[in-house]
Formats: sequence, C-alpha cells, structure tokens
Amino acid sequence: MVEESLIAVLINGVFVKNFLLIQFLGLCSFVGVTKDLKSATGMSGAVIFVMTMAAVASFGLYTYILVPLKLEFLTLICFIVVIASLVQLVEFVLRKHVTPLYRSLGIFLPLITTNCAVLGVVMLNVMNDYPFVYSVVFAIAAGLGYMVAMLMMASIRERAEYVNVPGAIQGLPHAFLVATMLSMAFVNYFKVIPV
Amino acid sequence: MSKVLDEYIRGITTDNPIFGLVLGLCPLLAVTTSVENGIGMAAGAAFVLICSNVIISALRKQIPASVRLPIFIIIIATFVTIVDMSMEAFTPDMYTQLGVFIPLIVVNCIIIGRAEAYANKNNVFYSLIDALGSATGFLLVLVLMGAIREILGTGAIAPFGYTLITVPINPATFMIMPPGAFLTIAILMAIVNYRKAKKLARGG
Repeated sequence: MVEESLIAVLINGVFVKNFLLIQFLGLCSFVGVTKDLKSATGMSGAVIFVMTMAAVASFGLYTYILVPLKLEFLTLICFIVVIASLVQLVEFVLRKHVTPLYRSLGIFLPLITTNCAVLGVVMLNVMNDYPFVYSVVFAIAAGLGYMVAMLMMASIRERAEYVNVPGAIQGLPHAFLVATMLSMAFVNYFKVIPV
Repeated sequence: MSKVLDEYIRGITTDNPIFGLVLGLCPLLAVTTSVENGIGMAAGAAFVLICSNVIISALRKQIPASVRLPIFIIIIATFVTIVDMSMEAFTPDMYTQLGVFIPLIVVNCIIIGRAEAYANKNNVFYSLIDALGSATGFLLVLVLMGAIREILGTGAIAPFGYTLITVPINPATFMIMPPGAFLTIAILMAIVNYRKAKKLARGG
C-alpha cells in the first residue's frame, strides 16, 4: 500500500517536507509565538503532543466508523470536532494530573484548535492512505519538524531584538525575511535526499 | 447607499485580510506559485466566506453565545466540504494542485474571524457585503502575489492556458519555490508598512 519506508517518512516529515518552512502549515503560530524561546518551546511541545493524539484518534474514527458506514464525506467535520474536543480533554487531564506540564503548555492549548498544522497532519494521513504506524510516525515527524523550525526562528528573533532594523521592516516583514533564509536552507534537502 | 459601499471597500483596504488583519497566511503563501492557483484558492475561500457569513448572520439570534464557536466551525466545515467535493468533480487538475489546502479552508482564520467579528452582530445584507469585501481583498492579494511570483519564476503569466504577458528575463526558479513566497510577502508587507508610516507622518 505504501512504498516509502518508515525512516523515509520520518526524515521527510522533519526536514524535506518541513511543515512550516516548506509546506506553509501553521504559519500563524510561526510568526505569532516565536518572539521568545520559552513560549516557542511550550507551543512546539503542545503541538507535538496534540498532533500525535489527533493522528491516533482520527485514524480510529476514520477506519472503524466512517469507512464502514460509508460516511467519508463527513471526514472534515468529524476531524475538526475530534481535534477540538481532544484539545479540551488534554487540557482537563493535564490540569488535573500533570500540573507542571499544564503550567508550561496550558496557555498554548486553545491556540492549537485552529492551527492548520494539526488538521493538515490528519488530512494528509487520510489523503496518503497511511496505515496506523505510518500515521503516527508521520504525525511525530511533522511535530518534530515544526519544533525544529520554531526553535530556530525563536532563537534568531530573540537575538534580532538588539539589531537596528529600518522602520518599515520592523516586526512581521523582518520575521518573514528570517523565514526566507531558513526556508532556503531547508529547500536544499530536496537535492540531498531524493524523494 | 454610501454605507454599503464603505462596508465593501473596508474589506479591501483597512480590514484587508492579509495586510490589515494578518489572517490566512498559510494558503496565501502555499498556493501562490501561479495566478491560476491563486484565483482557484480565492474562489473556494470566497464561496465559503460568503455562504457562512450569510447563514451565521441569519442564525445569529438562535445561536447561544456560549457555544457559538463550535457552531460556526460546523457551519464553515459544511461549506468547505461542498467546495472540496465540487472542485474534485469539476476541476480535478486544480484540486490536485491545491491539495490539502482545500480542506484547510476550514481553519482559515479569515472566515471564522469575519463570522465572529461581523456576521455575529450585523444583519444578513451587511454581512453579505462584508463577506464580498473581504473575499475581494483576499482575491486581490492572492492574484498580486501569484503574478509577482509567476512572472519572476517562469517569465510569463499564463492563467488557464491563456498567455497574458511574457517577459524576456532569465526565470528565477527560486521565486516559485517556498523561500520565494516568504521573500515576496516580506517585501509586500514592508511596502505596506512604509506607506502607512508616510501617511501617518503626513497627518492621516
């Protein structure tokens, strides 16, 4: 069914098809939450966590409920509801049982419901017909790729605070110029690893 | 009449989804490798935006405030499913080009942003005008970015098989690759900021 090996899925997800820099999924948080390294780390942790959970939950829902009942046209609506309720559930469980983790991830969880990266992962899993293990590995890889890009961006922007930038380029344009450089580096993986 | 026009123009200028409110960046950067893709994406988003704005505005008195966001998302997801299936059936080439970004219209902040900020508070007619304005603003930015990237990246603008302009330059593939998108939006935003600053300096 799927020709790629698991390791290829992993490398592809982290580097070659990096979610933020190559596929442009989840850009709102990429420019919004990367002003300092601490919140970027928190956000990436929360995204990896929710992405993996969402991949597991959506795989079960799609394979065992939607396909047997021939309800594939409801895929999108169901996935959105699953992600939204999952985020709520994760928030409750973390707040009750893993308080330290909740303190560091808590404020980022609501942001994830509308993060296109999470919905992107589950939709790509369905579009590529990935079996269960592949879905989970792909979700973890996508999350790690997200984290790599977020941390790089945040560390650069933290230092860029001390740089004298011309008025018109301050803020978002500067962030996008930094993203251009990072993206140029990642595009070269196309050549290194033949897809 | 002038209020109607004002509401429409507002979506293109001050409340422009991209430059004014900075919403919906993911599809903007991902699909603007050509003018054609930009128009396709904007058409899909416009349909969803207009339909959901009208429906939400019509139901605004029935929707309980505490659960309004999930209800908005379900309404939006319904229209996105319609767009998704229609595009797959009628324009399969475009559908493969845009790929995962069609279903992702559902988490496009422009649509839920307009629903929450406008349709939830205003009547059906003005919500329709507001949706039309935002949709036009989004379309213009997508076409502008698509045109810049296509002309520099391939040396011609050729939407839907009609070659509009050819420019005798050495095409820079860089522009239609992912970094080109970041560079284009950075420069466009810098220009918008510069214009805004000048306008402020002149005293509004």
